[in-house]
Amino acid sequence: MAPVRGDGMRGLAVFISDIRNCKSKEAEVKRINKELANIRSKFKGDKTLDGYQKKKYVCKLLFIFLLGHDIDFGHMEAVNLLSSNKYSEKQIGYLFISVLVNTNSDLIRLIIQSIKNDLQSRNPVHVNLALQCIANIGSRDMAESFSNEIPKLLVSGDTMDVVKQSAALCLLRLFRSSPDIIPGGEWTSRIIHLLNDQHMGVVTAATSLIDALVKRNPDEYKGCVNLAVSRLSRIVTASYTDLQDYTYYFVPAPWLSVKLLRLLQNYNPVTEEAGVRARLNETLETILNKAQEPPKSKKVQHSNAKNAVLFEAINLIIHSDSEPNLLVRACNQLGQFLSNRETNLRYLALESMCHLATSEFSHEEVKKHQEVVILSMKMEKDVSVRQMAVDLLYAMCDRGNAEEIVQEMLNYLETADYSIREEMVLKVAILAEKYATDYTWYVDVILNLIRIAGDYVSEEVWYRVIQIVINREEVQGYAAKTVFEALQAPACHENMVKVGGYILGEFGNLIAGDSRSAPLVQFKLLHSKYHLCSPMTRALLLSTYIKFINLFPEIRTNIQDVFRQHSNLRSADAELQQRASEYLQLSIVASTDVLATVLEEMPSFPERESSILAVLKKKKPGRVPENEIRESKSPAPLTSAAQNNALVNNSHSKLNNSNANTDLLGLSTPPSNNIGSGSNSNSTLIDVLGDMYGSNSNNNSSAVYNTKKFLFKNNGVLFENEMLQIGVKSEFRQNLGRLGLFYGNKTQVPLTNFNPVLQWSAEDALKLNVQMKVVEPTLEAGAQIQQLLTAECIEDYADAPTIEISFRYNGTQQKFSIKLPLSVNKFFEPTEMNAESFFARWKNLSGEQQRSQKVFKAAQPLDLPGARNKLMGFGMQLLDQVDPNPDNMVCAGIIHTQSQQVGCLMRLEPNKQAQMFRLTVRASKETVTREICDLLTDQF
Amino acid sequence: MMLFMLLFSRQGKLRLQKWYMAYPDKVKKKITRELVTTILARKPKMCSFLEWKDCKIVYKRYASLYFCCAIEQNDNELLTLEIIHRYVELLDKYFGSVCELDIIFNFEKAYFILDELLIGGEIQETSKKNVLKAIASQDLLQEDETPQSFFDDHGWAKLAPMQK
Repeated sequence: MAPVRGDGMRGLAVFISDIRNCKSKEAEVKRINKELANIRSKFKGDKTLDGYQKKKYVCKLLFIFLLGHDIDFGHMEAVNLLSSNKYSEKQIGYLFISVLVNTNSDLIRLIIQSIKNDLQSRNPVHVNLALQCIANIGSRDMAESFSNEIPKLLVSGDTMDVVKQSAALCLLRLFRSSPDIIPGGEWTSRIIHLLNDQHMGVVTAATSLIDALVKRNPDEYKGCVNLAVSRLSRIVTASYTDLQDYTYYFVPAPWLSVKLLRLLQNYNPVTEEAGVRARLNETLETILNKAQEPPKSKKVQHSNAKNAVLFEAINLIIHSDSEPNLLVRACNQLGQFLSNRETNLRYLALESMCHLATSEFSHEEVKKHQEVVILSMKMEKDVSVRQMAVDLLYAMCDRGNAEEIVQEMLNYLETADYSIREEMVLKVAILAEKYATDYTWYVDVILNLIRIAGDYVSEEVWYRVIQIVINREEVQGYAAKTVFEALQAPACHENMVKVGGYILGEFGNLIAGDSRSAPLVQFKLLHSKYHLCSPMTRALLLSTYIKFINLFPEIRTNIQDVFRQHSNLRSADAELQQRASEYLQLSIVASTDVLATVLEEMPSFPERESSILAVLKKKKPGRVPENEIRESKSPAPLTSAAQNNALVNNSHSKLNNSNANTDLLGLSTPPSNNIGSGSNSNSTLIDVLGDMYGSNSNNNSSAVYNTKKFLFKNNGVLFENEMLQIGVKSEFRQNLGRLGLFYGNKTQVPLTNFNPVLQWSAEDALKLNVQMKVVEPTLEAGAQIQQLLTAECIEDYADAPTIEISFRYNGTQQKFSIKLPLSVNKFFEPTEMNAESFFARWKNLSGEQQRSQKVFKAAQPLDLPGARNKLMGFGMQLLDQVDPNPDNMVCAGIIHTQSQQVGCLMRLEPNKQAQMFRLTVRASKETVTREICDLLTDQF
Repeated sequence: MMLFMLLFSRQGKLRLQKWYMAYPDKVKKKITRELVTTILARKPKMCSFLEWKDCKIVYKRYASLYFCCAIEQNDNELLTLEIIHRYVELLDKYFGSVCELDIIFNFEKAYFILDELLIGGEIQETSKKNVLKAIASQDLLQEDETPQSFFDDHGWAKLAPMQK
């Protein structure tokens, strides 16, 4: 039987036995309900219960709760137990409170009072009980109530060691929910010096606390580095008998060692002092040396503890990435683990090697283990280990071994687990594209992917192969020939039909000379798949057919027959119906010349970051092994996340403006924040697409900063460099505005001390009041956070606020300022009016202070439709048929401020000969006149 | 930092749960269900570590009980296995060759021991001797103070031996 010590509660044991004997769920519920009724009546009854009974019932309630049932009473009785002078009753009370935290404010006050009393106790057992309870609950209330006591307990000389340990971790728990609980100043050095404490338990607990404090404020706690290095060095060189009970299976203080090694990873470089660095390197070498020594015990605990320290040391070596010698040694060590008989070690070695593969010092070393890693991918029994091997192959891939690795991955894909196929497909597609020197190889790889794992080939993958084929003339004929052959398989995947349809539609003519792939043969082959495909693919095929009419006029009638088919012309799918009828008309009405123009070959896509990579990053945020350090050597122009979703196939954009076709052929995934349609209609579609994805998306320079363009639009990418992308979405109503700024960390490390500060003088703030929400100080790798701003226009103002963004990236401070898209025109309400009333008002506003005029040179070439688009985005109403000269543009709008509404008229007159513009602004307020005129000058 | 620890049987019955992060009850139940199913489906020689959501799962089976911990991405997996082992050693020492029934019938003790080993998801005391000392001093306090109703409770019937 189970041994019962001291306080065994018979009633409880009987109850537990009863529950265990229940044959069914229903019986259990019945027994529990009976017990709950019993306890409820006891608690409500006239007879006062003594402590033991209360304890027993509270414990039963706890047991019932832990079985998964709801408990809605008993909290008061549990709180009563807290103040019992019997320890066992108190302890059960605390346990109940910790497990069933109740936010009921009355109870919390009582609980806090009990905890306060116990913290004062002279008995350390009571103090620890109270500390454990605070840590278990860890709420804001707790932090506020004990922000004085706990730090004192931690550093006071009178506190016993066991209490210090609990106090350190209790403080850490509270710090996580309420960072302001940690006192600064002299406390900092006292906390740091806990690393020197005699008692190993105290040091271990304190190191956890210090690690969290360092993450928050690395500079203030920098002093911990030297102490940590020397403590670590002493442990590592200690004999296992030195540390007595802190030696775990012959490994001296493994927990403390690992924590110290983690602590040091908060700094990069770990230290500037040569002496400290030398001592650290020596220590790391000792750890690596020990790995080679014969084990002191055969127990797995010994090897786990020893290797835990070793892996953490390797993490630090990788993190510093500065000691080639250590990196190479680490790599050799991990290589040995790859064939260890412990699955756990093989798994961790593969994982660690993924990081080593990204260091220029150890990349070549990692490659030496390629054979073993490939074997791991194929032979490991555990899918998570196989997956890790795939990750490593991806990370170690470069131009030299790409063909081999891709081939191996393709081979494996045929039998790979379903759970990892999709990710493998993405990885193969990325590697093939990134390291292709011969694009026929790339085309083969992707078609193989579709053949082997068609279901797992996402849109991005087949979109991408089409983009690349269109951009590379040398591969077009080959691609056409290959897809044609692939389509001849009796059963081919729908994705193959899509790719085949698209490529033959563009480049089928390149293989039409061969009688085996004559136009009619191509058409019949494609059409034989038509009825097996989804509507989306059919729509694509219909586009291919109309292109065929242009490429191969000789088969026009065959194709027209297909368009005319009942199932197409009267298809239940509106898109198919529309395409069939419009294409049919086009083929009948249009002359050969028109047809050739409309169905001209696709223009090249702008080079940009593979959209597939973006998908992979999204799938595994922060975990895509980035081999970007070697990226710089590769000649392929990779631009940042600049995306283009406006690339609609030219033949379709002229025929059809349904969204389905944009999706189908706009071969990319737009970032989610790009096409936000705010409630404000100021941002026209053309404007968003035209500007955001304009010429500088091809720009290789690091930073893209678009503020000027935001005069005419509300949403898009405001700023971008290699570390950070800032997107903005905004909406305005009357004199109020709301902005969402989206900060995206593009790097593989967290950006810390992240702090955007508004720069807008107090004087300006009286006119435009901007409120900004605070954001988290850490922006995790690959993550995006949002910051909300609200703006209230009180009176008209000039210019716009800026924000200064500062953060730490890899230990270096970064700072830049960005102007917010918050110029006064955002508060425009467009006003519709006819010519008569426009000119009447125009004449009324003829006072000296109400007029402002500028003449400026037009941007080359003079672009009138572009100017019109911009004005539509500016916020005023663009009025047609008002100005007798159709080239002139006139606008009207009202600026909403809290104090008044300011009517504003504008006229922009182009002079085509002189390539100049004359801008005239008239408004009822002088400052507005000038500001609007300034804002618009030189913008066209 | 450890996010939570779950103990469950081969039949999937939850025996102990300790949460170091505040999750709503619904979420706790969902997490438990998912993990129990996932882990019970794994074969003996498989890796003890799993990628799961945005954290890592470390688990190990001792006799009929699975010990399963969730840790953060940066935490050390091997050492987490040894935290589990240390906990098992402590239970074993305290109950004297521990078995699942000990934990069922004395779940409160299992919690008390865990609280001495870990606080807020961080290891507090790695020395086995020190943890046992702390637990012993708690028991000592309890034995001093056994109340009258305890005897009443046990007096009217002899405690029937329970089957293991």
